[in-house]
Amino acid sequence: MAPEDNREQVATERAVGMSLATGPSERSQGQWSGVWKQLKRNRLAMAGLYVVFFLLTLAVAADFVANDKPYYMVYHGRSYFPLFRSTLVKLGLAKWPAEILNADFKTLDAERILFPPVSYEPSDIDLTAPFESPSSKHWLGTDKLGRDVMAGLIHGSRISLSVGFVAVGIALTIGVVLGALAGFFGSWVDLIISRIFEVMLTMPTFFLLITIAALLPPSIFLTMAIIGLTGWVGIARFTRNEFLKIRNLDFVTAAIALGVSSRKVMFRHILPNALAPVMVSVVLGIAGAILIESSLSFLGIGVPADTVTWGSILNEARSNTFAWWLALFPGAAIFITVLSYYLVGEGLRDALDPRLRGSK
Amino acid sequence: MNAEFKIQNSAIVEVRGLKKYFPVLSGVIAQRVVGWVKAVDDVGFAIRRGETLGLVGESGCGKTTTGRCLLQLDRPTEGSVLFEGQELTAMSDEELRPLRRQMQIVFQDPYSSLNPRMTIGQIIAEPIRVHALARNGAKCRDRVAELLHVVGLNPLMADRYPHELSGGQRQRVGIARSLALEPKFIVCDEPVSALDVSIQAQIINLLEELQEKFSLTYLFIAHDLSVVRHISDRIAVMYLGKVIEIADRRELYENPLHPYTKALLSAVPVPDPLVEAGRERIVLGGEVPSALNPPVGCVFHPRCPIAIDECRKAVPELREIKPNHWAACIRA
Repeated sequence: MAPEDNREQVATERAVGMSLATGPSERSQGQWSGVWKQLKRNRLAMAGLYVVFFLLTLAVAADFVANDKPYYMVYHGRSYFPLFRSTLVKLGLAKWPAEILNADFKTLDAERILFPPVSYEPSDIDLTAPFESPSSKHWLGTDKLGRDVMAGLIHGSRISLSVGFVAVGIALTIGVVLGALAGFFGSWVDLIISRIFEVMLTMPTFFLLITIAALLPPSIFLTMAIIGLTGWVGIARFTRNEFLKIRNLDFVTAAIALGVSSRKVMFRHILPNALAPVMVSVVLGIAGAILIESSLSFLGIGVPADTVTWGSILNEARSNTFAWWLALFPGAAIFITVLSYYLVGEGLRDALDPRLRGSK
Repeated sequence: MNAEFKIQNSAIVEVRGLKKYFPVLSGVIAQRVVGWVKAVDDVGFAIRRGETLGLVGESGCGKTTTGRCLLQLDRPTEGSVLFEGQELTAMSDEELRPLRRQMQIVFQDPYSSLNPRMTIGQIIAEPIRVHALARNGAKCRDRVAELLHVVGLNPLMADRYPHELSGGQRQRVGIARSLALEPKFIVCDEPVSALDVSIQAQIINLLEELQEKFSLTYLFIAHDLSVVRHISDRIAVMYLGKVIEIADRRELYENPLHPYTKALLSAVPVPDPLVEAGRERIVLGGEVPSALNPPVGCVFHPRCPIAIDECRKAVPELREIKPNHWAACIRA
């Protein structure tokens, strides 16, 4: 234990007042604060976490980072905020003024104009500039329809991340419920649910995905649902194992002895203590879901053809091998995102492992 | 079994023919029972109102399982447990809930017996809320503060988490939690064996104080004979799932009848070098047999210094050899 930790220990005991002074209570009980402290020491995991936060921010703010409408412009002596107005128009709260309705802001003769860092939308087709290599105009080049790759990547991060989160959200719900039931009730409930796990594990998930995606019309929600409905087994098994372990701890027995109902025992006593290790598989699951979504769009079956995703940009590189930027940048985006989630997941796993406490 | 008829009237808890067998399973999908661990095998005793019954024995002899079976935390395989005349083994979990107010348990390990994600205040308030014993939040907080005070903790500790407390403090919280329901009967499952010796004394004294204050009845489970001697009125000795001797504390320590009890007592060090040097020590040979396959006849016969052929044939009944002194040995 580091000396500063010892000092903290002493300070705590003093603060508690009546120091009955037994051995120091070193067995930290997996409090989130302790986990966070441990995670902070892991540089790789923290780097991953920063990247994840950066990507989340980018995904949320995509419309304001890559957009073909300017933030602000002065046109014929009047000020406009077209980007913000476009948001209101989409929500049905405002209308475009007649003078700039359907205007192409890039060619507009405005006195003053301020564009977002990337002044394109992913769907802006410019047939005069197909397959442009990276330049100051198109930072990461364009595809065969002249669509800006940078804008595509930024907006594509929304799809990747939302597929990751929603799919894992579905998997988490199913997994936690089934895992909790199996682990808490044991006996025949466990027997039946465990057999379901095994059946799910024997299914070739990816081929199932391809089959379903090929049979039904492509839709992002379908992709999310399929990934979620097939990807819950890992989470369920983690939850079940944790429940089996925690169910036999004294504080659960104490709750039963106090007359607490089964439902409350499950949700108040066992679940909060079981979730920490489950979080690891959630984080890793997000990475997996992003990979699957990219693979599906690469094959052109995950999302509608006109939606720009990381996988669909990558797909274009397949038939146009000279356009290296179409392969490199989306590939790097997928790689960095998945790697970051893995680093966070691994870091979380180490931080939760009491055997690694205080090391490093 | 059927021991102790005389005290039936004053008994708060009565156990008859209690058995708890755990199945040993084999196979992955189609699991078969390949054997039974007889953790508790035909145990009978009664606990008088207001007394402390000490339950001693080696690790694995079934003391803890017996305690858990009394509270129906483990459902007995067979036998009956009467609490104030009510048969507990036949009740459903739902029927047991109101009775849980009257019987509680204090655990051995103060680290695993408190939920790490709840504050001390929430832990102690939970039974009060579950049984709706406080009219409102403020009343509940007052009660928690009162309980913390009763067990010798600062009421300000209600906002702390278990990991911020020492082992002794946690054990006090565990006691406060079980007191919250104002029970009549508490199973103390080795409440001090995980604590430092100096803290052990504090907790024992606290338990004695509380017993007097709230007229509690204890089943005090322990393997430390000196602790049991200090706190108990009567003592039951267990060996391999069976109670082999029950007597008043003084009688048991001065005149043990069962050869196992004699061996057990002779292993307790005496804090007097002269007595210690001149004392005869009975050292038992061999190991405790497996509860999966206990010996036929008297379970103690393979290690018993005075065993005869008869001992291998029949299981000795617990019988009253002297007034209020019961032993399960045909040679006693």
